[in-house]
Amino acid sequence: MLKKCILFGLFGLFAISALNAQKYFTREGKVSFFSDAKVEKIEALNKTATSVYDAETGKMEFAVLVKAFQFEKALMQEHFNENYMETDKFPKASFKGTVSDFKAVNLAKDGVYPVKVKGQLTMHGVTKEVETEGKFTVKGGAVSATSAFIVAVADYGIEIPALVRDNIAKTVKIDISVGYQELKKGS
Amino acid sequence: MKKHLYPLFMALALTLAALPLFSQEDLLSLLGEEEETTDYAKASFKTSRVINLHSLENTASGVLDVKISHRFNTVQNGLYDFFGLDGANLRIGFEFGVSDRLAVGFGRSNYEKTLDSFAKYKILRQSKGKRNMPITLVAFGSVAMQTLKWANPDRDNHFSSRLYYTGQLILGRKISEGFSLQLSPTIVHRNLVATFEESNDVYALGIGTRIKLSKRMSINFEYIYVLPDQLAPQFVNSLSVGLDIETGGHVFQLHFSNSRIMVEKGFIAETTNKWEDGGIHFGFNISRVFTIVRPPLD
Repeated sequence: MLKKCILFGLFGLFAISALNAQKYFTREGKVSFFSDAKVEKIEALNKTATSVYDAETGKMEFAVLVKAFQFEKALMQEHFNENYMETDKFPKASFKGTVSDFKAVNLAKDGVYPVKVKGQLTMHGVTKEVETEGKFTVKGGAVSATSAFIVAVADYGIEIPALVRDNIAKTVKIDISVGYQELKKGS
Repeated sequence: MKKHLYPLFMALALTLAALPLFSQEDLLSLLGEEEETTDYAKASFKTSRVINLHSLENTASGVLDVKISHRFNTVQNGLYDFFGLDGANLRIGFEFGVSDRLAVGFGRSNYEKTLDSFAKYKILRQSKGKRNMPITLVAFGSVAMQTLKWANPDRDNHFSSRLYYTGQLILGRKISEGFSLQLSPTIVHRNLVATFEESNDVYALGIGTRIKLSKRMSINFEYIYVLPDQLAPQFVNSLSVGLDIETGGHVFQLHFSNSRIMVEKGFIAETTNKWEDGGIHFGFNISRVFTIVRPPLD
């Protein structure tokens, strides 16, 4: 009898914790970058970033398939993959971090919540600590998040040859925009 | 009864404590296996030519590639004619990517005032992931037309005598990041040949390869084996070696070759110079791409 009680209790608990997990996810996050150099502006967009946000702990993760960045010019895209990001060697870029003031965010209530995010950004095989600001927007129950930050390409071991120094900026701006869905077990 | 509840609470407390541990490690793994995507091999060659031969790469969709090519005289006369640079065969060509698979192009060479046009279709594309394909297979067809004045206008001349056709399969693979290899079984059809001994159809097998020296430079080799007893004895197989240099939007292909004609019927079936006799031509192809149709980003 007692054993049954404990088992039921545990099952009940798991069930409840699953319901209250308050995790959010997307597979269609948008990540874009801009390089604004003297001669040329370069822009690329990736619409297949995956991300999970745990509202209970403030933890946040992103993974981006680097090959899925789309450029206006096919040759730029080829060079991006071949010469700069070396996507055959380093197919993914990722971010693992924490929303530091997550407790101030109430995703159940409409509003705009500015937050600070801190964590580790990995791309081109190099991991660096990054810190940035972003915001959660809750509108009609739909949760979305945006952020923008600047990355110095040299920090990630990406070389820009002298020949194209005026075409590619030393720092690129990265914009993140994701619409989150609640993560339910089995989804 | 109270005594019985105690272990239950303990168990609950322990479970609660343990719960965050389950969810902490890797959030993304909660999403389960990612959907696999097809990853096509890109940039097996820097441009759509190995040297003279078409490579297995096409001009990208919506992109115009303007090619300016020169083949100079042989280097053997030295400084007198500046290692051949005093005289040149040239071709100016335009290639356009109609889709990811189809490219078309045309060009004009001063050799025999030749116009040429081609279509190139990727039947198979090397890929891994969701769809696994070990090779790229391209079907290539071209028509060349020489537009010289008739050598003998009094004779009964047919327009068709000006035409040359080439059919080719290009079968290749980017074997590693730095090494690509392709085979090009080819048939060249000449409507008119000079002598009875020469066949109208010429079968040949081209082999082309690229070895990357750095991210932006590669060495290319190309050899075209013409099956025996098809050509007059003065014609030899074409052998070329080149260096590809890629800058922003340009590819510079510098090479040495015993062929001097830049259309298929010429370098495959009308190469006369021999490497061993110093019959080597310096030459280059310069490719500049322009994006004509931009794919929408959003």
